[in-house]
Amino acid sequence: MSAQTGSAATIEDPGAGYRRRKTTRGNFELYGWVFMRASGVVLLLLVFGHLFVNLFAGEGIKAIDFGFVAGKWASPFWQIWDLLMLWLAMIHGTNGVRTIINDYAERDGVRLFLKLALYAAFVVVVVCGTLVIFTFDPCPANSPANLLPSFCTP
Amino acid sequence: MPKAPAGTLYRGRDGMWSWVAHRVTGVLIFFFLLVHVLDTSLVRVSPEAYNSVIGAYKNPIMGLAEAGLVAAIVFHAFDGIRIILIDFWAKGPKYQRLMFWVAIALFVVTMAGFLPRHLMHVFGGQG
Repeated sequence: MSAQTGSAATIEDPGAGYRRRKTTRGNFELYGWVFMRASGVVLLLLVFGHLFVNLFAGEGIKAIDFGFVAGKWASPFWQIWDLLMLWLAMIHGTNGVRTIINDYAERDGVRLFLKLALYAAFVVVVVCGTLVIFTFDPCPANSPANLLPSFCTP
Repeated sequence: MPKAPAGTLYRGRDGMWSWVAHRVTGVLIFFFLLVHVLDTSLVRVSPEAYNSVIGAYKNPIMGLAEAGLVAAIVFHAFDGIRIILIDFWAKGPKYQRLMFWVAIALFVVTMAGFLPRHLMHVFGGQG
């Protein structure tokens, strides 16, 4: 509906390509939409693999302790797996909650506050998780050997 | 406050409820994720700190909560695939209702495989 009322003589060029928007504010929401689907597929594989190895295989939840985590993160394979899962899940989840805040928080101040809290949580959790994965020491000094993975005591 | 138009395609039935369930499970998973990254970060503090907190995950009440968490994840995953197929597969919108029930069936099958084993780990003496 771009034709102005009262000037019916101005007809747009029918050969011109269709444009959904006359004013563009960037494609951020489009990229967000694509990202949710692309990351969703990858996350399905990463999270199902994570759940299978940690909760289903072996003795499940009963087997998880410091030694279990240290054994996994001794290998770059699981470091990369968990790093990818951390980043993709946090961006996917933060974008999802952002959408929900936009839908239900109607007052501008409330919406701004909730989104600032959300982004703060995103930064804290992603930075913390990334640092932990890369600075983790599977054999910390002065720790009892029975709590550590077996490869710590040669 | 603007009123929503009455009688849209998505009001009621499986289309709306899968959308509601997708949001609810998504928020649940997100808040667990925040807690889960922070509790796992305790491996950086000391083996004792991590073991004491992960020990809380092994009591029966938390075991049931984990079953609920896995159920939320499995539903969100399969319903997400359905959403992607609706968006990108030419026949997706036509089969959206069928795909909803396929997602539910896959959810039931997956949980039937997971639940007995997990509950055995949680409630079984030696695991």
